[in-house]
Amino acid sequence: MKTARLAEWMDRHSGPMFVLPAVLLILAFSIFPLVISAWLALSQFRLGIGGYEIRFVGLLNFKKLLTGSQQFHFLGTFAEIPLLGWLIVALVFGALAVAARRYATFGRASVIGVAGRLISFPLIGALAVLFATTLGGQIGSLSTTLFYVIVGVTLQFLVGTGLAFLCAQNIRGRSFFRLVFFVPLMVTPVGTAYTFRMLADTTVGPFAPILRGLGLGNFAWASDPWTARLVIVLGDSWQWIPFIFIVMLAAFESQPRDQVEAAQVDGASTFQIFRDITWPSVAPVAATVVLIRVIEAFKIVDLPNVLTNGGPGIATESLTLHAFIEWRALNLGGSAAIAYLLLFVATVLCVSFVNMVVVPMRRSRQ
Amino acid sequence: MRMFEPKALGTMAPATKLVVYGILGLWTLIVLFPLYWVLITSFKLPIHVFDGPNYLPFIDFLPSLHAWRYIFLDLGRDTFRPYGNSLIVAATSTALAVTAGTLAAYALSRIEFRPRLLSIGVFLLVMSAAIFAVAHSGADWRIAAASGVALFVLAARATRRLPSPQLGNAEILFWMISQRILPPVVAVVPIYVMLQQVGLLDTRSALVLTYTTVNLPIVVWLMYDFFISIPRELEESAAIDGASRFRIFREIVLPLAKPGLVATALLVFILAWNEYLLALFLSTVKAQTIPLLVAAQNATRGPQWWYMSVLITIMILPVIVLTIVLQRFIAKGLLLGALKG
Repeated sequence: MKTARLAEWMDRHSGPMFVLPAVLLILAFSIFPLVISAWLALSQFRLGIGGYEIRFVGLLNFKKLLTGSQQFHFLGTFAEIPLLGWLIVALVFGALAVAARRYATFGRASVIGVAGRLISFPLIGALAVLFATTLGGQIGSLSTTLFYVIVGVTLQFLVGTGLAFLCAQNIRGRSFFRLVFFVPLMVTPVGTAYTFRMLADTTVGPFAPILRGLGLGNFAWASDPWTARLVIVLGDSWQWIPFIFIVMLAAFESQPRDQVEAAQVDGASTFQIFRDITWPSVAPVAATVVLIRVIEAFKIVDLPNVLTNGGPGIATESLTLHAFIEWRALNLGGSAAIAYLLLFVATVLCVSFVNMVVVPMRRSRQ
Repeated sequence: MRMFEPKALGTMAPATKLVVYGILGLWTLIVLFPLYWVLITSFKLPIHVFDGPNYLPFIDFLPSLHAWRYIFLDLGRDTFRPYGNSLIVAATSTALAVTAGTLAAYALSRIEFRPRLLSIGVFLLVMSAAIFAVAHSGADWRIAAASGVALFVLAARATRRLPSPQLGNAEILFWMISQRILPPVVAVVPIYVMLQQVGLLDTRSALVLTYTTVNLPIVVWLMYDFFISIPRELEESAAIDGASRFRIFREIVLPLAKPGLVATALLVFILAWNEYLLALFLSTVKAQTIPLLVAAQNATRGPQWWYMSVLITIMILPVIVLTIVLQRFIAKGLLLGALKG
């Protein structure tokens, strides 16, 4: 009798019961830490005699990173803008202007939408300017992270989608390729990092004879900032192309067959079919998978930590690695401040990506 | 012989076919060569690593089992303990994350929730006060938590009749998914302090709880997309017949969602199995996981490539086996909801 009543009560309250475990876990291990972290970011941690003390210092930690002694580390060293820098700025500002115009003319403008764009557009513009003005000097951990995210995800998306498209054709051994191409995702990122350190060794690595043959025997990729960053992007891509590949393959395989066949009968070219039938049907999935990758890419830490230890100098430090190094130096406040700035940039960029790319793409198909 | 024209509709011209297989073959090489290099390095003596690149076992160098012997016999329990830890932590946290995440995703796809913004604000305020009391004034965390919850219940009852904007399912869903944007490095120091307070530091439970939370958003995201693509007619007729929601979920929804569940679980398992940063902060000896052991082979004498390679090899093996077993689910299950739109 009693159990029956209990069961009835549970059934009536089943909604909250379904959601409660997830909500409690997220509260305990995400929201509370976030609150504590905010408080840490506003204070200074000091080891003293017989313990430690935490002193409230306001925005000092942030000031240090943005304008003070750690500016070179976080933002970078400013210098004259090189040609590439001007190009990037022109490109980004052009894209922003087009997006703003589109939103103003076609979009369903709303208060929240306008407010969101008032935050995200200036931030994106400022990041582009920052990247350009530090390009000639030394880019800081913020720009380095953006480089990993933008160049890495673009490369991964192009290669992963290309391979998926080829695999979705009428070919033999499809299940073999699907399994093999998935494998790098299973290697722990630390393992990938050490593997790439072995492979990229310029004296005893497998490609050393080729480098010597090309007259690059003394070439040390690890001591040049850009080649070091590039090796990290390559390692990251090797690891994550499989993820994009597997999802995009599923998308290509579920595209409307009959439409493709009808177009073939009508004599449409492969390119026309791809542009007019295949791409529109996979675009929403593409947007989602890019979003997942962007979110994860902002957290990159294992590869730069192992491959280059953040070097040469600070050239390959990502924001997470930067925060980790500060934490190791017992500068908890500074570490939390970096983490918070990372959270801010990542959130604004990801949310704008959702609102300006993912949602419209999903809507346009329905 | 027409090289550049397809024989029939829907097939490729021989030349195109050649290019396609060439590219796929090249990528197979790019994927497998690093793994091959790891595998042969695990059979190399230090001298074979350092006297230049040696490519082929038995031809360029004589394979040796010294590294395998060291990892399995000399280290012995120091290898198996982290290995067991990784297995337990990854499996348990995957089970928990998939369970909690699937339940939440299902409820969000079927039941309308209308949490009041005012109650959420009150809750955050009360909890911040409790955290402050613990962190700043050294109050006992149990007392602070209990009084916080009590205070919240009272305040929520008191403000029940006040007007307040309400949130909907879309906002809850977005809130849950957006937790994935949170970089672990933001939360890890407070989590460290919290676990220290409750005496869970360097335990498997600590890692299980943290990994569960970190991977929960992925499960909610993928499974929500899956559930909204499953037709509701069956569930509705079962509900008319008087089946409880739990029963409907267990007997109708779960079987239908199996491909999505398996694919999501595999992805979450891989993420937990390979996780490094959180383990680095939260475990030292007892709860050490395998990725930490891999990194630990970078000793003061320089990286011990041969030991590292053995560890990487034995780390990949179970995941590959798992993937082969579950292969037919992967392509079908992942993001299937997004595919159907």
